[in-house]
Amino acid sequence: MSKPAIEVKNMSMMFNLNSEKVDNLKEYFIKLLKRQIHFTEFWALKDINLTVEKGDRVGILGFNGAGKSTLLKVIAGVLKPTEGTVSVSGVVAPMLELGAGFDSNYSGKENIYLYGATMGYSRKFIEKKFDEIVEFSELQNFMNVPVKNYSSGMRARLGFAIASAVEPDILILDEVLSVGDAKFRKKSEAKIMSMFDKGVTVLFVSHSVDQVLKICNKAIILDHGKIIASGEAEEICEEYNKMVSGGK
Amino acid sequence: MKYLRNFYKYRGLMYEIVRKNIKLQYRDSILGMFWTFLQPLLTTIVLVFIFGNVFGKSSSGVVNYPIYLLCGRLLYEFYSQSTKRAMRSIRNSASVIKKVYVPKYIYPISNVLSNFITFFISLIVLVCFIIFFCVTGKNPPHITAYILLSPIPILILLILAIGIGLILCTLDVFFKDIDYLYEVFCLLLFYMTPIVYKIDALKISSKLFSYVLMANPMYSITEMFRCCVLYGEMFNIHHLIYSLGFALVSLFIGLLVFYKKQDKFILHI
Repeated sequence: MSKPAIEVKNMSMMFNLNSEKVDNLKEYFIKLLKRQIHFTEFWALKDINLTVEKGDRVGILGFNGAGKSTLLKVIAGVLKPTEGTVSVSGVVAPMLELGAGFDSNYSGKENIYLYGATMGYSRKFIEKKFDEIVEFSELQNFMNVPVKNYSSGMRARLGFAIASAVEPDILILDEVLSVGDAKFRKKSEAKIMSMFDKGVTVLFVSHSVDQVLKICNKAIILDHGKIIASGEAEEICEEYNKMVSGGK
Repeated sequence: MKYLRNFYKYRGLMYEIVRKNIKLQYRDSILGMFWTFLQPLLTTIVLVFIFGNVFGKSSSGVVNYPIYLLCGRLLYEFYSQSTKRAMRSIRNSASVIKKVYVPKYIYPISNVLSNFITFFISLIVLVCFIIFFCVTGKNPPHITAYILLSPIPILILLILAIGIGLILCTLDVFFKDIDYLYEVFCLLLFYMTPIVYKIDALKISSKLFSYVLMANPMYSITEMFRCCVLYGEMFNIHHLIYSLGFALVSLFIGLLVFYKKQDKFILHI
């Protein structure tokens, strides 16, 4: 068996919550000298162990504030874990928030190159994919319009089209399948399904159990920064439904 | 090695950001790119008028006051604009840095580089000035082979701007007050650097003050640049050693603090 796609070992992520507000430099230094700056430690994730094999499609379920997005950010390399290690093999395409890398004064066409570069792809590569991206986003007539004049649906469509065009090894999806109208949603679901055939590894966050069942073969439940259940998608979804209806 | 490979992968991003900054800077203005040299031309005319005529004495003892002033102003403008842009770059790209992994140093450095390119375009004004004064024969600048050395002070200034830019953007993430402080500092720097005046024309009584003036690396850099393009002579080797040393040290400190603190950026922006 080859190396797992994602391996998370004893990973914890801590944030400092300021217990008192220090809003100017003078106060900060005085408090620092008096050692009065206290932080409340907040462990968003605690001792996470997770191994994802290549080709696995893992759904991540959990209530708000359970640490789902933090986990995805750590795996995507945006956040550095406080403790433990995360090793990822392969090209990661994070779809955390579509269109985050857009510059609103830039036209759609220019943004395709910019966004592609943000994800680490060369101009040549994007040039090859350009027509595919434009066609998928259905924004042919808007390519020279600044993105600031786009509707949020158009933005999301363009973002999705770029992020999905790059054939990653690992796809990180954070509730992105709820964008656009029903037609586009179907299309993007179909696009992601077609990526599965190429053996892409997926991490999928959603509040919709149905979507998780449709897409994933495995699932985990996060609660207060800990993995409380992991296994086959059906079992876990059932358990999650129980948690939801039982008011926990 | 790892860093180099990572840089190689993201060189496209650096190119795109530089391109974007330049393209967007003058978008929607009618004259567009013309402003890169129209702006220094017009401001120089204003400064020449004010400091050369209204306040009198500044221009005395200078070979060619317009060129003298333009040299200093172009270099100063590049330094202040690029460091200011670099300082705010991390904050301004917060939306990207929070969502996608990118090597963060790309942002301050590409902001300095995009300013460097506009600076190069604005050098056309200097060339025009030099040609104009040579042709009309009124106070012509001494153009000699030493003009070929002029890239040296420019490169030192680039290193200095990147180094200071890295330090500033790290500080700016933690203390936004730097924004306002640096604004004031740049104004001070404008008058501390002999841009509109000549340093030996000042009557400085205090020794300490003259040391402070000399310690300013912008002084050495502008003096070297003027030696190359205006006086047509070899620059003082002490200026070269001092400014190069200063630039390299600031680059080193910049890389160090940036590297040490970059993982904390995301928690503060």
